[in-house]
This record gives sequence, C-alpha cells and structure tokens, in this order.
Amino acid sequence: MYASVLGLLSERPPVVQVIPLSGRYIPKPADTVIGTVTDVQGTFWLLDIGAPRWAPLHMTGTPWQVDVGETERFLRVGDAVVVQIESLEATGRIGVTMNGEGLGKLDGGTIVQVSPARIPRVVGRNGSMIDTIRRLTGAEVVVGQNGRVWVGGSPDAIHRVSEVLRIIEENAQHSGLTDRVESYLRSTTPTDLKGPEEPPHEHAHRDAPPRVLGSAEPDEDAVAAEDEPPEPSEPSEPSEH
Amino acid sequence: MGSVGAKEVPVLLSPEGLRIDGRKLDELRPIRMQVGALHNADGSAFVEWGANKVMAAVYGPREVHPRHLQQNNKAVIQCKYNMAAFAVDERKRPGLDRRSQEISKVIGEAFESVVFAEEYPRTSIDIYIEVLQANAGTRCAGLVAASLALADAGIPMVDLLPAVAVGKIAGKIALDLRKEEDNFGDADLPIALVPQSGRLVLIQMEGHMTEEELSRALELGVQGCREIYEKMKQALRERYATGPIGGST
Repeated sequence: MYASVLGLLSERPPVVQVIPLSGRYIPKPADTVIGTVTDVQGTFWLLDIGAPRWAPLHMTGTPWQVDVGETERFLRVGDAVVVQIESLEATGRIGVTMNGEGLGKLDGGTIVQVSPARIPRVVGRNGSMIDTIRRLTGAEVVVGQNGRVWVGGSPDAIHRVSEVLRIIEENAQHSGLTDRVESYLRSTTPTDLKGPEEPPHEHAHRDAPPRVLGSAEPDEDAVAAEDEPPEPSEPSEPSEH
Repeated sequence: MGSVGAKEVPVLLSPEGLRIDGRKLDELRPIRMQVGALHNADGSAFVEWGANKVMAAVYGPREVHPRHLQQNNKAVIQCKYNMAAFAVDERKRPGLDRRSQEISKVIGEAFESVVFAEEYPRTSIDIYIEVLQANAGTRCAGLVAASLALADAGIPMVDLLPAVAVGKIAGKIALDLRKEEDNFGDADLPIALVPQSGRLVLIQMEGHMTEEELSRALELGVQGCREIYEKMKQALRERYATGPIGGST
C-alpha cells in the first residue's frame, strides 16, 4: 500500500487517509470560487478557477438577460467573478453558476492567491478569522474555496489584508492564529505601513527626513488560545512509499 | 557532451582503484536537492549533483495547449528538457536540438508510466527541465528534479523516479560518471527505476559492454537509484516539515 500524492497520513480507524499538502484546486459541488474570464464565446464564458480545467459559465447561469452573441457586453476576458460549482462530470467538465446569493461580478479590488489547503485557516472557525480581518481593516473580502481571495477597499486596507493573508499562509500550522492576526492588525494603523516592498534608495531624497516605520511585527506574546486545532506541523510519513 | 579530441586522455582510474575525484567505483557524487525552489510553478525542484545544476518546474494539470494534443481519457504529459547556452565550457547553441528532443521524449515517457494520468482527462501536465550547468548525467539529474517537482505539485504517482547513469571506465563498471569519465570512458548507461516495483522506466546505452558487464552495471545502477530515492524522500520531508505551502522561499 502506498500514497499516490505527497501528504500527511491520517489514521482514524477504520479510516486511513492521506491529506494532500499541495496540488491544484480540486472542485467540489457547492463550493464558492473566484474565477477570471479567459475566453468569451457566443453563449458562454470560460473561467479559470485554478482547477485542472477551465469552467464554462453559460449565459443562462447568470442573473442577467443575455442574448446569444451578446456575452461580451457583460463579461470580458480578464474580468473577475464569484461563482458556485454546480456540477462535475466524469469528463472533467466543471459546471458553474452565477445565480445565488453573494455571486456575481467583482469590480475593482485585488485578488490574492493562497494555497487552497489554507482556506480553512483564512476563514477560521465559524468565520472568526475572516470577521476579524474585515472588522479591523474595513476591507471587503470575498473568499473562494479555490484559494483566491478578493479584497476591495482603500489601497491601505488591501495592502494590510494581503499582508495578513501572507502571515496566515506562512503560519498555518501554528495555533492561536486569530489572536496573532488581531494583535498584528491592532499594532499597525494604515499610516504605519511601509507600502509595497521597495528597495532602499541610497541616494534618493537626501534632505528628506528619515521615514519612521511602525512595528510591523506581530505580537510575539499573543496568547495561543486554541481557536482551532492546529495542523500537524510535521509530515508523519513520507509521501511515496 | 563537450569536446573530445585534442585533449589528452586522463587517467580515469588510479592504481588504488580510485577515480579522478577520489571516488570509489560504486560511489555517487554529492547531491543536494531543494524542493519548491520556484514560486510561480505548481511544483518545482532544484538539484545540484556533482557539478550539475538542474532546475525543474511542473505546471498542471491544466488546459492543453495546443488543443489538438488533448486526450479524452487521460492527461497528456509534456516534457521539455533544455540546456542553457552557458551550461557547458564551449557555448552551446541555444534552443531545441536533436539531443534535447530525444531527452525530452524519453523523460516524458518515463513519467507516463508512473503518473496516474487517467485522473485528469483532457488536461496537460507540463514538465520543464532547465540544465544550468552540465557535467555528465544531466538527464538523470533532470529526471530526479522533475520527479520531485511533480510530487511538490501534488500530482498522483505510483512512485518517485530516481535515476542514475552507470558506465565503464578503464575496463571497470562505475557508478555515476562525471564529465571526463563520460568523454573518455567506454560506455554510459543511464537508468531510471521505480523503486517500489523494481521496474526500469528509462534505459539507454552508449558504447560497448559485455553481457556480464551489463548485468553488473544494472545491479550497480539499481543500488545507486535506491540511494538517491532515500535522498529524494528526505528532500520532500524537509520541504514540508516547517515550510509553508507556496510561501516565500
């Protein structure tokens, strides 16, 4: 017996399974995902949802009254949308719909890609993590099960959210992450942030006053309250055996 | 590889039975493997093997380009092996040549026999192997790197694919030839092994060997592959022990 993918061995008799540590997003029915339009046809759009295949979104699967050949008036290549997985066929075809609450086109904002395996941590138990992020940054956040997170709001808010997402992804195996994120967000106000990583300019603005950077480090003493079972930090068994 | 000819034939085996770099006949060159070396690929690995430096990246399963290559019942595996112009002493003319096409083909076919391609119909799994520095045995180093990259990309496989070249130098069978041994040796035999089943999924040979020498070479090669297999598993464990998925490297 052997595992076919790299992952963590989980033994809960009578079930033995391997939890994959990596890999593309594998669609599941009823998942809400964020996609970008890659192709426009007469009656449907093709969406890249990060899955092995592109997913066709048919014009009848939208809340709009679309006429044949008019699809491009509604969505063009590059547009971002929130859709739900409706059907999966044996051929690998992924059917999606835009009819439903919280689904539709996304305007403005930024999409941050995290590993689909980390999405449960981004959302947190009963949405605790995502609520904290929304509350403390004021940003609009839409989480797709395919690992894409859409963030809308002021540039500052967007930057802070992407910073937080990076922290979550890098520390997903640690406990007390929600507290850590909360203290990070409380310790940094929008003006404290240094902006997108820029290399120091040695000669630029010699007479400009030195820039004061706020502490961007998360509080190390954050109490590790068990808000969620941490992921095992070490693979118990090697992948291919 | 490289230029044979004008150069003097070096002494490949000392009277004590040691090779140019002091190795014994059944000894591998030092190998270092790093999984997840690239950010934008679905899976990647960097392998330093002796003086070889090889980078591998895997994308997919994803939409097939060009479309007509798409297969309705399984994923197609597209492999591209390329050697950088600066990888050898004399500048290599960049781009596709007969050698790289051949290697792309044999490596791609080796992976076809271990990857569960039926799980992803109508998609493509793309493997890119870039040789940055070459010193004999780059197809084996490329195979090992690509195999790690596939595992890193979460692609289901029967097993990892360790590979190594065995050869004949100064009349003796030797494991893992370096450049001088490859150029001035009598034979070169790269193999790739499925450790679980003991099956060989790549075997090529250049030069001459007797039947007894060939069986000795295969025996030595399989032994070398098993050694490399352990290193590959270790490299994968290291990648995921502390590190994040898709985090900064």
